Amino acid sequence: MSAPVATEPLLSVRDLHVSYPTDAGRLPAVRGVSLDLAPGDTLGLAGESGCGKSSLAGALLRLLPRGARVSGEVLLEGEDVLTMKPGRLRAVRWSGMAIVFQGALHSLNPVQRIGGQIGEAIELHPSDRKGKTSTRVGELLELVGLPARRARDYPHQLSGGQRQRVLIALALACDPKLLVADEPTTALDVMVQAQILRLLDDLQERLGLATLFITHDLSTLVAACRQLAVMYAGRIVEEGPSEEVFAHPKHPYTRALAAAFPVIGDPAFRRNPSGLAGDPPDPRELPTGCTFHPRCPVARDACTSLDVELWPAGDRRRAACIEVLPA
Amino acid sequence: MSAPLLELRDLHVQFRNRNGSIARAVDGVDLQLAEGEVLALVGESGCGKTTLARTIVGLERPVSGEVRHRDAPLRYDRKGSKAYRRQVQMVFQDPSGSLNPRQTVYEAVAEGLRIHGLGEGEEERVAGALARSGLRPPERFFTRYPYELSGGQRQRVVIAGAMVLEPSLLVADEPVSSLDASVRGEILALMQRLVQETGVTILVVTHDLGLAWNIADRIAVMYLGRIVEQGTTEQVLGAPQHPYTRALLSVVPESHNMDPQILVGEAPDPTRIPPGCRFHLRCPLYASGEAERLGIADRCQGEDPTLPAGEHVAACHAVPDREGAPA
Repeated sequence: MSAPVATEPLLSVRDLHVSYPTDAGRLPAVRGVSLDLAPGDTLGLAGESGCGKSSLAGALLRLLPRGARVSGEVLLEGEDVLTMKPGRLRAVRWSGMAIVFQGALHSLNPVQRIGGQIGEAIELHPSDRKGKTSTRVGELLELVGLPARRARDYPHQLSGGQRQRVLIALALACDPKLLVADEPTTALDVMVQAQILRLLDDLQERLGLATLFITHDLSTLVAACRQLAVMYAGRIVEEGPSEEVFAHPKHPYTRALAAAFPVIGDPAFRRNPSGLAGDPPDPRELPTGCTFHPRCPVARDACTSLDVELWPAGDRRRAACIEVLPA
Repeated sequence: MSAPLLELRDLHVQFRNRNGSIARAVDGVDLQLAEGEVLALVGESGCGKTTLARTIVGLERPVSGEVRHRDAPLRYDRKGSKAYRRQVQMVFQDPSGSLNPRQTVYEAVAEGLRIHGLGEGEEERVAGALARSGLRPPERFFTRYPYELSGGQRQRVVIAGAMVLEPSLLVADEPVSSLDASVRGEILALMQRLVQETGVTILVVTHDLGLAWNIADRIAVMYLGRIVEQGTTEQVLGAPQHPYTRALLSVVPESHNMDPQILVGEAPDPTRIPPGCRFHLRCPLYASGEAERLGIADRCQGEDPTLPAGEHVAACHAVPDREGAPA
């Protein structure tokens, strides 16, 4: 993978907040996230359940349920998605950025042929492409490694991995510049997971597609993405080039998360499972100071009151921890 | 070597599909578990590993072959199976599905004791099992309901409910795959501790080779109803013999130093097990012509390889029968 030349970011998220109404008041899911993604680049967003990563993905395309409150900016090629008029938003969804969710089984209409579903997406979004829809459907299926004749199949005739390929074809129907992949391989088997990851990597290279890859699986992200951002309790707590973040984490949470993915063959992990005591915090009762301090193995007194923001922590790296603050 | 705790002899389990075809889910498995060991049974979904686990605990009946526990065959009459089920406990993947949402933690753990008529000293036994499972102080958890617990705590309750019966074998089917990465290590460490403290034997069914590296003494690799390789964890993961094991290992994101061998397709259909070696249609050795060069291609097509006796063995025509024999 070659490093993209520094350009204007394709996607720029600025101070994004997402909260949901509950009986007990508003529940903050995303609490001030900023990130940039250059054209053709890959960014992995890692985090555990409840850290806000899927809310973030939903906010990018304005797909969150009614009642969700979103603030901040989501700039796609400089244009704020959050303030777009409905017509413009419809054009940007699919052709600007498209999303692939986990659970391919449930995202497809079970009583409509695959080709019809992809064709619908193509026709809803006028493009300057010439030619028949059915030809384009065939091209898209072949692009994701399925024979064009599969267009006549119903979802139940496909395996899990094939359905996930169809969802990727669907996302690519209108030539998006950015693909948001939210746990695209989680429900799949290891071998099929490897097939899908290879496909995404291949598409990214061939189409110059930028990818925001969201999963709890840190090791997959490191293999698939150039950049990595780690989320905890609604914020990014560490970011930087993925190999370096994984190999030399600066934030104690990243350190614990990296240690939870054993390196096969490494004696340090043999008969030595490693985890973190406790559970991620309840967003309704966030700890004071650094939200990670109750689980942090190296917490100091100051951590109960000091809420550290992302701070430079070496070349192209930042971390939100008192340890990286200048003395 | 003393008699094994559990022994499977040429076990076959079959299911009849609605269309009349027969799925040979477990298709001739011989396996031994020694007292106090942790064996990981690994393979893709559909390979029969869950069916094998369910047969071991007596939830499925084999069409032929037998399950032997401490040298006595498993009996399927009521009295025999009840005594056996106290000895052999199962922990399922999703702790939320295993717990009754309307039952308190105390009731959930005490239920097994009551079924088996072990009411005496019930409270102490429940408290002891909870404490051993890492829920301390146990009294604080007695009156809690599952929804008040985190995923990791729920899995601890499930484990306590199994361990309260002081079983000799714990069969755990993907015990941590629904848990967050940071919590996973804690549950694996608990399982390891239970082996040390109580001498329980654990069969852990998983697709996760990293988990096996973390806690297993031995590994058995399953493919289409058959064990195709087994050995100590160091042997199987350090020097895999079967091309299927090598492929599985190569797609683990943590194994950076292997060229990924991505097998085409998904695990084939147990209603149509290929003749000859059941793996040959997906086998990289066969597809690349390597089998032809070794002069074994005919046997791959026509002869079903068996698993030889020995510590580290594989059912593959390309692997010499005895360790040290020329290939």
